[in-house]
Amino acid sequence: MESPGIILAFFALSGLTATSALLVLVARNLMHALVFLVVSFLGMAGLFLTLSADFIAVAQILIYAGSISVLMVFAVMLTPLASRNNGSTLYVIPALLAAGGLSNIIGFIAIDTDWDERKGEVLAQSDFTTTVAGIGDLLLGKYILAFEVASVLLLFALLGAIVLVQERRRAGEEA
Amino acid sequence: MSEQPMRPATPMLQQIAEHHSLLQRFMGVSKEWKGFVFLLLAGFGLANLAIAYVVVDGRLDGHWYDIRDLGNAVAGLRGWMQDEGFHPAVPYVTTALLGALGILSVVGGWLLIGSWVERRVLAKFQIRQGPNRTGPFGLLQPIADAVKLMQKEVVIPRAADHFLYYAPPVIIFIPALLGWGPVPWAERMSFLDLNVGVLYTIAISSLGVLGVFLAGWSSNNHYSLLGAMRTVAMMVSYEIPISIALLAVVLLTGSMQLSTIVAWQANYNAWLILLLPFAAFTFLFASTAEINRTPNDIGEAESEIVAGFYTEYSGMKAGLFMGVELGNAILVGAMMSTFFLGGYTLFGLETWIPGYLILTTKIGLVYFLFVWLRGTLPRFRLDQLMGYAWKFLIPLSIAQVMLVAIEASIFARWDVPAIFPLVAFALVNLGLTVEMVRRWARALGYAPEIMAQQPVMATTIGGLKAAQKMRGG
Repeated sequence: MESPGIILAFFALSGLTATSALLVLVARNLMHALVFLVVSFLGMAGLFLTLSADFIAVAQILIYAGSISVLMVFAVMLTPLASRNNGSTLYVIPALLAAGGLSNIIGFIAIDTDWDERKGEVLAQSDFTTTVAGIGDLLLGKYILAFEVASVLLLFALLGAIVLVQERRRAGEEA
Repeated sequence: MSEQPMRPATPMLQQIAEHHSLLQRFMGVSKEWKGFVFLLLAGFGLANLAIAYVVVDGRLDGHWYDIRDLGNAVAGLRGWMQDEGFHPAVPYVTTALLGALGILSVVGGWLLIGSWVERRVLAKFQIRQGPNRTGPFGLLQPIADAVKLMQKEVVIPRAADHFLYYAPPVIIFIPALLGWGPVPWAERMSFLDLNVGVLYTIAISSLGVLGVFLAGWSSNNHYSLLGAMRTVAMMVSYEIPISIALLAVVLLTGSMQLSTIVAWQANYNAWLILLLPFAAFTFLFASTAEINRTPNDIGEAESEIVAGFYTEYSGMKAGLFMGVELGNAILVGAMMSTFFLGGYTLFGLETWIPGYLILTTKIGLVYFLFVWLRGTLPRFRLDQLMGYAWKFLIPLSIAQVMLVAIEASIFARWDVPAIFPLVAFALVNLGLTVEMVRRWARALGYAPEIMAQQPVMATTIGGLKAAQKMRGG
């Protein structure tokens, strides 16, 4: 965190992310909220890029900005009155309380953790190669169980979707 | 009676019969012109010999004036700046701007001539002239079109969502430009040589979906929304076959870096289209769906839903949507060349002539294939398209990935000259692909081998063969 470029990028990107995240809450039109959410995801991907976590940045764009947003688009399309007033609800108070608590926890952990921070000479010497190979090794080595559980879950989701939309043949009808 | 030549039936066929081929036209020209062409060819050959002498001599390698790789010039500039003791940000920003300028000029130059190329080539397929009035050969037609689009009245529907209506023409252009980042134009000539280049490509292409959907939704028009829903469904479905096809590529080459993939192909002198024919086909077909090109442009099928998701856009806004289609077509051409056709390499020729010229040629060839498809194939129905992705491309791609995984582990462990396993893989993959496609089509209820041998309509009304017969060929 020494060169001015990276500091500038950090503040620009975090400003973008935080502002659009706030606008998600403020926007009264669900579709506008969705667009701000995507902008916030993209800002987050940029933040990951400044941390040299290229794989996570690309995965963030691919999964959140690319796929989750489309999923939400379809969810919004199925919601009646999606473009009308969606603001006034009493749930905003417990939601704010929960969000505040969560951000407190995350902030506390972020401050409390002993980050392996490298500066100056040490940073220049440390070898930043790709993170993909390391992530792949960990996923298929140490965390193989979590990986397999996630794949089985996704497989069941796929099968469930097929079963749900299958045409049901009436009894007695020829196959 | 048999001596009498056959008379063409209609004026159009008459025109075709009088139309001489290129060789016939060349044989008809005067001697002076032939001499001129000979001189031109001789000069070209001599220039090539001179270049070959300098290259073999080795006095070009890596200098800034080595135009075979424009990256050399940029690297030279950066080295000079570092020697002069500028702030480290200056060379960084300068080289980034230069690269961005290069990408912009590629895409912008293509927007200037692309629509002319497409319309002229398509016209040749349909045995007509195409745009030929504006300037020589109609070359100024795209500029005239752009001026026309710009001075058109911009009509905005009153019920449109004004906040989101203006964004999509811009949103949809961003991925079309960003996608060029990791494409290697020559050995050191790549704007953004990411370690995760393949993932980056997929991620960027998935960003376009949102622009398309917002365009359709914010127009507040049934046709727009229908087109947008169709396009989104199609793009989401066809992203999966693309990802799996590229996964096969990554498994075999062992890298997600585009320059490494090209280097792998150059190293083994094996284009991946020979090793992974099904992945190449999947990538090509699914890409046409991803960029909304015929035969997969059901999202903007003008015979059904006017212009699909951009029905309500007028003037240059609609022009931007059309421009994105052109730009995406050559982007997919670049990706196809890089992943499957050896990228900037051509079996050693890249040491003689600039790699970016080879890549440009390959892009042009893939683009010609796209225009060919557009001129030949009818538009698929939506259910046919979705069924094709989910029931055909995805299962077979997954089967192929399993196969390629086995092959990749064999390739890594087997200690013989690489030519033997690669030839074996090519034969096995080709055979298995043909067999899998045949059996799968059977299982889905089609019989691919019982096909009409000749297109019935074309032979009845004449077509190309009849024209050739009339020409006396």
